[in-house]
Amino acid sequence: MSQDHDSGRGGTRTIVLDVAVAAIIFALGALVAWDSHRLGSGWSTDGPQTGYFPFYIGLITCICGAVVFVQGLLKLGTDKSVFVTHEQLKQVLVILVPSTIYVLGVQFIGIYVASAIFIGLFMRIAGHYTWLRSAAVGLGVSICTFVMFEIWFKIPLPKGPLENLLGY
Amino acid sequence: MEELNALFHGFAVALTPYNLVLMFIGITLGVIIGVLPGLGGANGVAILLPLTFTMSPTSAIIMLSCIYWGALFGGAITSILFNIPGEPWSVATTFDGYPMAQQGRAGEALTGAFTSSFVGALVAVLMFTFLAPLVAKFALQFGPPEFFSVYLLTFCSFVGTGKGNPFKIVAAMMLGFAMAAVGIDIVTGQLRLTFEFTELLSGFHFLVAVIGLFGIGEILLSMEEGLSFTGHSAKINPKIVLETWKKLPRYWATSIRSCIIGCWMGIIPGGATPASFMSYGVARKVSKDGAKFGTGQLEGVIAPETAAHAAGTSALLPMITLGIPGSPTAAVLLGGLLIWGLQPGPLLFVEQKDFVWGLIASMYLGNIAGLIVVLTMVPLFAAILRVPFPIIAPVIVVICAIGAFTVKNNMFDVWLMMVFGVVGYAFKKLDYPLAPMVLALVLGDSAESSFRQSMLISQGDMTVFFSNWLVGSLTGLALFALFWPLLSALIARLRTPAPGGAPG
Repeated sequence: MSQDHDSGRGGTRTIVLDVAVAAIIFALGALVAWDSHRLGSGWSTDGPQTGYFPFYIGLITCICGAVVFVQGLLKLGTDKSVFVTHEQLKQVLVILVPSTIYVLGVQFIGIYVASAIFIGLFMRIAGHYTWLRSAAVGLGVSICTFVMFEIWFKIPLPKGPLENLLGY
Repeated sequence: MEELNALFHGFAVALTPYNLVLMFIGITLGVIIGVLPGLGGANGVAILLPLTFTMSPTSAIIMLSCIYWGALFGGAITSILFNIPGEPWSVATTFDGYPMAQQGRAGEALTGAFTSSFVGALVAVLMFTFLAPLVAKFALQFGPPEFFSVYLLTFCSFVGTGKGNPFKIVAAMMLGFAMAAVGIDIVTGQLRLTFEFTELLSGFHFLVAVIGLFGIGEILLSMEEGLSFTGHSAKINPKIVLETWKKLPRYWATSIRSCIIGCWMGIIPGGATPASFMSYGVARKVSKDGAKFGTGQLEGVIAPETAAHAAGTSALLPMITLGIPGSPTAAVLLGGLLIWGLQPGPLLFVEQKDFVWGLIASMYLGNIAGLIVVLTMVPLFAAILRVPFPIIAPVIVVICAIGAFTVKNNMFDVWLMMVFGVVGYAFKKLDYPLAPMVLALVLGDSAESSFRQSMLISQGDMTVFFSNWLVGSLTGLALFALFWPLLSALIARLRTPAPGGAPG
């Protein structure tokens, strides 16, 4: 995957990310250990305190994070493999960004309308389908989920103004 | 004899028309899930779990376990026809399956794969039928220290059998435990790790994590590769099936070996994936056609498929008898049991006979149904794979969002799912294993409470985990597994400078 011209052209190196993630893991571990210590990680009169178990979990997390961090630092100069090339990152963002906007949409306009718009626009823009086909698939999926969840299984999903207007 | 009676009773439970219909629906859904990228056994079952809340537990587990069998079957289709393993455990199937498809022997490869999957599952179910009650009876004597040492063994096995950096495996696992600890501590009622966020009061639900890590994460990975599906067409007709079946008995030794590997690897939490690789490797070494492996040998399809299915099935044994799942999918099923108000563990065999034996009977029936469904409907499933990715991708995101929302009817979970998706993507690429993380998240609370109870019994003395032969050997085994990477590295280092030049 990581041919020479890829690393030459840039993109984040795997090892840099590896070290960064190890640092985050260390920080999370420290956070867990700190909060457990705050709650009490020893013994009270009636047995182990609330933070007893998680404190050690946090501690082990810290140790592992630190080891991976150091291992990564040692390889920092030699390991040149690329985590994502710019091309790949673009591909990932093509789905990640619309999905995030979609979740935002679910929150405000309900899942059915948001799904129809999301699927339709994604097909149109990323897949270059005709407007008609995109709209048909988007609406179709939305209507199917509506029938399945609201009518058959009676499981309420997030709804927005349109569903309110229709009386659901 | 007692088991046989109970089993027949189980068949009576499972053989109602309603349950049979659920079985076929489950298998079909399962195969579709196994075929689609981004949906797999674990998150597929997770997404469909809320749909079963209105059913009786027995019907629900029948449908969900059938989805699981279906996903196991489905992985083979994509491996053979498209050279894309739909599931991690079918990676080894691509080695010989895809070359067979290239030579126009797709039908033979598929028939071989399905049939050997069926054989593997059947052997594992037989073992399950007779072994599970014994294990459950044995486990009834377990106290908290024994249970904790079994948990310990489960998690240490990941380090022992895992291929990657042991520190990354442990780190992923510990993050899972930490997430399990978030929320209200049921013993003292104190809030842990919530940092005053009300959303975190109820903690992280593992279903949300599973859907995000495996579902969204997988979609991101697939997008990166810029998937274009070019597959071979599958022609399966009764003639091909019968001809392949005639060839299969020749490979009985491979089958038996793979069954044993699969059953063993399924019970110890290594799961189906290493089982399939190990079985393929062993078959290549032992077979007299070993050198031809990788060029389209039927035996090279039989070995991994048999083992993967045997492992996938026997992963349910520790889940039902001890409450300790051997794979992420089994963990999701365990979560389902808890939601239906059933406490997995040895008592299940005493208190919920209908449920347990209904499940075991449905394992037999489900695999027969599975074989029928996949053999007859392969072209249809292959057609699903030809649906272009720009349609599949957003639809799967929508399905995942619905799945995450329905877990607790909570919008926050949908956001969490997206975060888990990015984490899953990054972890996959950086070689942090996801399975131990999910298992730790599921088992965190039980592991902690058994640890606490043990500590209460012993007043904080760790030697309680060596206090009798049973708990001592379990803990010993666990420590051995934990330090195995270190030991094997040491052994390798001792061996390499040995005099005499080229090693074996």
